[in-house]
Amino acid sequence: MWGGDYTYVLQNLIIKDFKVRYRNMSLGVFWSLLNPLVMLGVLWFVFTKIFPNNAIQNFPVFVLCGLVPYNFFSVGWVVGTTSLVDNSGLIKRVPVPREIVPIAGVLSQCIHIGIQVCLLLLFLILAGKSISIYWLLLPVLWFFEIIFVCGLALACAALNVYIRDMRYFVESTNTIMFWLVPIFYPFSMIPREFREIYQFNPVAALVLATRNILLDGIAPPETLQIKLVFSSLCVFGAGLAVFHTLKSRFYNYL
Amino acid sequence: MTKNSTAIEFQNVSVTFTMGHGRAVLRNHITSWFGLHKSKSFHALRNISFRLQKGESMGIIGSNGAGKSTLLSLVSGVVVPDVGRVIVNGRVAALLELGAGFHPDLTGAENLRLNASLLGISRQRVKDLFSSIVEFSGIGDFINEPLRTYSTGMQMRLAFSVAIHMDPDILVVDEVLAVGDEEFQSKCYDRIRNLRSAGKTLMIVSHSTSAIQKLCDRALWIDRGELVFDGSAIDTIEAYEGRSLSRTRLK
Repeated sequence: MWGGDYTYVLQNLIIKDFKVRYRNMSLGVFWSLLNPLVMLGVLWFVFTKIFPNNAIQNFPVFVLCGLVPYNFFSVGWVVGTTSLVDNSGLIKRVPVPREIVPIAGVLSQCIHIGIQVCLLLLFLILAGKSISIYWLLLPVLWFFEIIFVCGLALACAALNVYIRDMRYFVESTNTIMFWLVPIFYPFSMIPREFREIYQFNPVAALVLATRNILLDGIAPPETLQIKLVFSSLCVFGAGLAVFHTLKSRFYNYL
Repeated sequence: MTKNSTAIEFQNVSVTFTMGHGRAVLRNHITSWFGLHKSKSFHALRNISFRLQKGESMGIIGSNGAGKSTLLSLVSGVVVPDVGRVIVNGRVAALLELGAGFHPDLTGAENLRLNASLLGISRQRVKDLFSSIVEFSGIGDFINEPLRTYSTGMQMRLAFSVAIHMDPDILVVDEVLAVGDEEFQSKCYDRIRNLRSAGKTLMIVSHSTSAIQKLCDRALWIDRGELVFDGSAIDTIEAYEGRSLSRTRLK
């Protein structure tokens, strides 16, 4: 019924989210840098002064490898979840494919995360790390993380239309995930029996793979990559399925 | 009559809305699962059937809350019927509530692009039509200012200009002719008449029976979700006004 231009709508929605977010901030894009820098400072203080951990070298790079994927996941998930309710005017007025709205919400975070990726690269240069062929894997792995967050956002955005407290569930889960994603501890410290489960979490898998590539200069284990792809695709499929079953009555609840 | 000459067809269409959805929180869902709280439903439309030929123009009249806007939302595809079928052949431009996706912090130009893309206009066409849309709206240099600096009339003019540039097969209009000053209104009427004479299908909801008489051949009268009268514009308006007249007499 809607015969429009998908990429054009997506582009305009992403530009809108981005501009609306930054136009009202006097520091603009610097907010994107401030958050990881402050977190880095706090974590550095706690884990080098209070609980010194000798297993970690290159602390800033180590932590940023964890923080950047985690930030994308947590912010993208929240923005995606509230996107349908935030854009209810749009849903009630135009028959644009509804899936576009949460996906645009997640993708609008890519710009903001891109700035944090630059920060990570800066610390890499300062640490004297050199580029390796494995860096080419990073965009592919990131692609699957984006797919994963889109899947979560689709399901939760649809549920949020019917159950407005969904956003608090997402925010609480994010707090829990901050501790359960290996942001400030290495994989080697995780007890053996839990390692398998960790690898099935796409965010944790991306963190581990990024460290393999950037810090150790090696390719991440194939099993890790397969698990990342597998769980991301499963979540995305499930998210789409939930969205499709719920979307016909959005109008009634928005 | 061949199927291809049909622009819009409603087959026994009913739409039900659940009431009390303002409280869409987990607690209410749980209580309703256990049957502790029953949500009331509201029949916005009941068993509506009609067929509109290509090139015909139809007005819809009825009092507030009769289901007129729901009917237009069904044509535009925003609402899906609970029962029955809605068949629409062709590209629909729906001027329902204008300005889908408008954001006060974006400039007029940014809102124009976003709104146009949401309505389904392609990237290339937006580029080609941009200056023509701005000109029709009469916004002028304000186009690069944030939307929050616009008056309500200016916002509506911008929204209307975008929608009217869609080149639709079917134009669905909801009360928007009350937009802007007299000059802009007459521009809108001209545009709608042009579409009509180009053989496009037209569907209008209005409280103004004179607007409907001016623009439509045919009219539907809807009351409390039910189709009361389907006939020529003049007959329907007469029936509608006769009925409301007898109602005021009763009072």
